[in-house]
Amino acid sequence: MGKFQLITKGLVKENPTFVLLLGMCPTLATTTSAINGMSMGLATLFVLVLSNMAIAAVAKVIPDKVRIPAYIVIIATFVTVLQFLMQAFTPAIYETLGLFIPLIVVNCIVLGRAEAFANKNTVMDSACDGLGIGLGFTMSLTILGLVREILGSGSIFDWKFIPDDSDGILAFVLAPGAFMVLAYLIVLFKKVTAKKGE
Amino acid sequence: MAIQSSFKNMVLCLFSVCLICSALLAVVYAVTKEPIEIATQNKTTNSIAAVVPAFDGVPVKDSITVSDKQYMYYVVSKDGKPVGYAIESSAVGFSGPVNVMVGMTAEGVVYNTKVLSQSETPGLGAKCVKPQFADQFKEFDPAVKTLKVEKDGGDITAITASTITSRAFCVAVQTAVDVYKAISENVQSK
Repeated sequence: MGKFQLITKGLVKENPTFVLLLGMCPTLATTTSAINGMSMGLATLFVLVLSNMAIAAVAKVIPDKVRIPAYIVIIATFVTVLQFLMQAFTPAIYETLGLFIPLIVVNCIVLGRAEAFANKNTVMDSACDGLGIGLGFTMSLTILGLVREILGSGSIFDWKFIPDDSDGILAFVLAPGAFMVLAYLIVLFKKVTAKKGE
Repeated sequence: MAIQSSFKNMVLCLFSVCLICSALLAVVYAVTKEPIEIATQNKTTNSIAAVVPAFDGVPVKDSITVSDKQYMYYVVSKDGKPVGYAIESSAVGFSGPVNVMVGMTAEGVVYNTKVLSQSETPGLGAKCVKPQFADQFKEFDPAVKTLKVEKDGGDITAITASTITSRAFCVAVQTAVDVYKAISENVQSK
């Protein structure tokens, strides 16, 4: 598989949110607006690329029986690095995403890619894989956030198109809206990709 | 896997992974320590500046204990005279604490308020940060009006369907007013 294909497969064929249905907790919880969804996606992308590369580099010298603890330590390190950086340079975003940044450690997408891809491929391939899956995750979260923001708050990327003192359909900002929008988006995604497959 | 899972290998491997990771973290921590402090400080300074009248110099941090609870507050002065107090206050809202920075003028009038953090329901209680509700506390004179929602016989119009949050906000501001009274009594007795 070429490098380009490694990246694009994360966007469509192995899209982590719409096809693999991985990392549902941050997906549902942080997508109250497009910008929140995108920030969460990018944060995961950062960790995914770096941890994939690091794990691909050291996989050969890690004994099989302790690979999971070793991977978790590596992933947790990158998450903490990200946490420090966000606290220092983007405090506003750090505050909105709050608890979900440390939770990237246990995001099954990250450990999933380490187990399924990074530990048997080269550093470069793993970086591309991380980038692809990360971009797929970012894209899905942004779309999900965008739909919820349009319906729930009547705005697009914080730009409000309905009168200031009126509200959108509140349910879409709350948890039930997340499930509903996600379900419909998965249906839509399946329909579009199924046509392509024929 | 090239490496055997012997006890020695596993211990060595985990030890070195942890060692390298903690070294990396130490470096990043050292580099970002200062920017994080600045960012936190900026946030506090900004929220103080938003709730008190114009001042010069740096807000002076202090704390006071009122009915067994400690409150942080900042005194701001202009031309050497204290012109306002920014008091950190909080009350329990619908789904967690509502932390409010309350600015008081030296005359004992609420100058302005700013929500520092809250976790109320989006679209309902979370509206307490919006000017439609929060502006009611601007230049609120607790000597003339009552810091309660209208339902409880006060002068604050509650947010529709979010009386609990509105009450919490009132309680937080009222607490700050009480803290202010304690501060000014302290100042006078000195």
